[in-house]
Amino acid sequence: MGTNDQKRSLPHGLRLVALAGAAALTLTATLATPLDPAPRQARAADDGKKVLTVAVAQSVDSLSPFLAVRLLSTSIHRLMYEYLTNYDPKDNHAIPGLATKWEPSPDKLTWTYTIRSNSAWSDGQQATAQDAAWTFNKMMTDTGAATANGSYVGNFEKVSAPSPTKLVIELKKPQATMAALDVPIVPKHVWEKVSDFSEFNNDKSFPVVGNGPFVLSGYKADSYVRLKANKTFWRGSPKFDELVFRYYKDQDAAVSALRKGEVSFVAGSPSLTPAQAESLKGADDIQVNDAPGRRFYALATNPGAKAKNGEKFGDGHPSLLDQRVRNALFRAVDREAIIDKVFRGHAVEGEGYIPPRFQDYFWKPSADQKLAYDPAEAARLLDRAGYKKNGDGKRVGKDGKPITYRVLCHATDPNDKAVGKYLQEWWGELGIGVRLNCLDNVTDPWLAGKYDLAFDGWSVNPDPDFVLSIHTCGALPATPEETGATDNFICDKKYDELYARQLTEYDPAKRADIVKQMESRLYDLGYMNVMAYPNAVEAFRTDQIKSITTMPAKAGNIYGQDGYWSWWSAVPADSDGSSDNASSTGVVVGVVAGVVVLAGLGAFAAMRRRATAEERE
Amino acid sequence: MTADATPALVEDKQQTAAGPRVRKGSAYPRYLAGKVAGAAVSLLAVLVTSFFLFRLIPGDPVKTMTGGRQVSAEQLAAYREEFGLDLPLWRQFTDYCGKALTGDFGTSYQFRAPVVDKITEALPNTLLLTGTAFVLYTVLGIFLGTRSAWRRGGLGDRFNTGLALTLYSIPSFWLGLLLIIVLSVGIGPLPGMFPTGGMESGGEEGFAYVLDVAHHLVLPVVTLVAVEYGQTLLVTRSALLDEMGSDYLTTARAKGLRDDLVRRRHAVPNALLPTVTLIFINLGRTVAGVILVETVFSWPGLGGLFYQALSVPDLPLVQGLFFVFAAAVILMNTLADLVYPLLDPRVAR
Repeated sequence: MGTNDQKRSLPHGLRLVALAGAAALTLTATLATPLDPAPRQARAADDGKKVLTVAVAQSVDSLSPFLAVRLLSTSIHRLMYEYLTNYDPKDNHAIPGLATKWEPSPDKLTWTYTIRSNSAWSDGQQATAQDAAWTFNKMMTDTGAATANGSYVGNFEKVSAPSPTKLVIELKKPQATMAALDVPIVPKHVWEKVSDFSEFNNDKSFPVVGNGPFVLSGYKADSYVRLKANKTFWRGSPKFDELVFRYYKDQDAAVSALRKGEVSFVAGSPSLTPAQAESLKGADDIQVNDAPGRRFYALATNPGAKAKNGEKFGDGHPSLLDQRVRNALFRAVDREAIIDKVFRGHAVEGEGYIPPRFQDYFWKPSADQKLAYDPAEAARLLDRAGYKKNGDGKRVGKDGKPITYRVLCHATDPNDKAVGKYLQEWWGELGIGVRLNCLDNVTDPWLAGKYDLAFDGWSVNPDPDFVLSIHTCGALPATPEETGATDNFICDKKYDELYARQLTEYDPAKRADIVKQMESRLYDLGYMNVMAYPNAVEAFRTDQIKSITTMPAKAGNIYGQDGYWSWWSAVPADSDGSSDNASSTGVVVGVVAGVVVLAGLGAFAAMRRRATAEERE
Repeated sequence: MTADATPALVEDKQQTAAGPRVRKGSAYPRYLAGKVAGAAVSLLAVLVTSFFLFRLIPGDPVKTMTGGRQVSAEQLAAYREEFGLDLPLWRQFTDYCGKALTGDFGTSYQFRAPVVDKITEALPNTLLLTGTAFVLYTVLGIFLGTRSAWRRGGLGDRFNTGLALTLYSIPSFWLGLLLIIVLSVGIGPLPGMFPTGGMESGGEEGFAYVLDVAHHLVLPVVTLVAVEYGQTLLVTRSALLDEMGSDYLTTARAKGLRDDLVRRRHAVPNALLPTVTLIFINLGRTVAGVILVETVFSWPGLGGLFYQALSVPDLPLVQGLFFVFAAAVILMNTLADLVYPLLDPRVAR
């Protein structure tokens, strides 16, 4: 027996380890319940701090404002650093930021900015014009520092700071976007110590010195970004003590986190799906914000990729060079059906290039100009263009082969796939085949011009210069080997003339009129079929956020605003008992569940022991 | 003939008796050297493959990296020089191999940080998650597999194998989401008890931090264990069933040993070889993480990093991660090869 006991020691030990493991898990469950970041914690942590937690899915590419290009990173920079100007949350017009006023010289080539004297860096030093001049000059002279925002200084001749409150920017040629320089101004005394701007990610030493409404106080890759309120922010301190961006790589998990109260806000990427929005609409203490979006969702045709030097490349289908064919494709897309069936009503039917929320620049075609859904007219247009059906009912190209368009789509976007299926049906009835080419990385074939059509979409800024510029001939790559800023290789002389005029027109009304002419031209050309303006569908907990500023103020979005209005303005809800009650129930049930499981394990071990005892007997 | 035969038999017996000892002594180092050399060759092959394989992805890395932004020809040239893409392919290859051997896999395009830093940042997180799950599902799988085989056909066996097969066939992301809804958000009278995602709440320190991480660990570990333990259970059960008809077990029982001892001391050790293979293969896979589970629970590990690297594609990061994943599998397989002779000396002959 003694021998048997000795031999039993190892398995018994193993069993103990297994039991200990199971017990540890159970204990973790019960012990951890009080640690559970439940609603009460998001609202007010143990030390009384009010914390606003936002669920995000996108990784931070860099926390250096000279390198970051992703939406999350640049949004964080908006919170950390003041820009020269900001945008009014009511109507998007430029308002003071670090600069209190700005004016051009009579020859339109020199802009003078007055820098405010009441903005201090978080280490106590004064923010001055020298900081702004140093930031711009660094971007103009260091390719590493020009990585993210180099295009903003491309037309700058010279930048100087004659005094702490005076910044002077001299231009090579006039440009109307000088009140829309979305460049974070950094503290010279901190950043001049950086030796290599192409490698410095600004993510090792906290807090990071800034002068925005929040100060970056902690960061862990793909876990969280933590910012604390800047109590000395010139516009006034935020109402929440802390703002935390937490990672939820799975959108359904993020929605669950909102339901539970682990996060205060969720926006999805870029929007909640219709199903998620519907499921949240009836939930307690949750408000769904279904706001007009700032994006357009389009189908773009390859107009024949070429470089500035005239060299052609890519393999776009030649039939798409015919405007009648493009217009026929336009007319065979039922945009209403896309809004109803794909976006489930969470979008507005597309017309012009710029979404209606930017009222100054919004344009829509007249009744005569509109390419309304009309499959019969589409068929006639194709017939007239010489693309007739063969005996099999397929339209054939000039080479005698049936036409099948390759449509580039984003594998991660379910909308692309759904609309693609409709295109296969609608264009199939016209006799045109559609082959969806859904990829994780669409950039390579896109830049190489190896597609016929592509799902396209951009977020539009209050100043539309950027989204207009990507269709100019100047945005084409210099040679096929290089990269341009072009979206779809569109190059139209008339469009370019209008673009140049709007860029030098400093009168807002006249500029808006030219922009609308550009949109009209783009519409007629038929290279871009704007199918929808998807809504920004997002949700937040009303028991954590009492009020928050949307942009535009009336029926606008919260996440990804042009400015820091949402998080800066958010007011914490008063703590009440509702969520806490649910949470304390969780504690009780968690403890009870743990005790039951532990008791079960104990009983199991006792039974095992009795069984072996019986065996011994 | 008879007289001649006897010495021969004796000689044979002597050789047989002495044989394994002599051969074991001389064969194991050769066996070990062979396996280690094989592993080294495999690693070199992985190094070469990781360089050329991902260069088959069409497109220009610099264009991909700067896609959507206006970039001057000078800046493009600077990027190409910075990342060594202006060099001929053979120079890029020799540079890559030379640096990789010193642990330098270059700089990530998207994060502008050394690949090694990104990997070492995520590796401990993956090891914590999959390592904890690995220990639990291995112990659980062997324990239940042994019980099932020993009482094959019984209610417990049918329940165990049925449940294991069911859980094994459930997609891990679906099970994860289900657990989030039930145990994290709470359903009906059952309140939420666990975080919905992430590895930490942020801000905790010391023991509170350990508890916080443990709290976040529960659901992803439960998901992994539920999905993975079945495989170990089934392999252990099958191997043990093969052993159960053996004469030595009848002999052991005939000696009067308890059934429990016959199972643990005689049957199980002999049936462990296939399970050990599985354990080591799983251990190798552990490093690669479990992409879907890491995604559902927003666990900041290698799986998510690999997905991000592929979607750009971020060549240096993809190459570095591919090498780490492959090296882990090769290393574990080699370790398994080195352990086999200890379990069964015939393997090294």
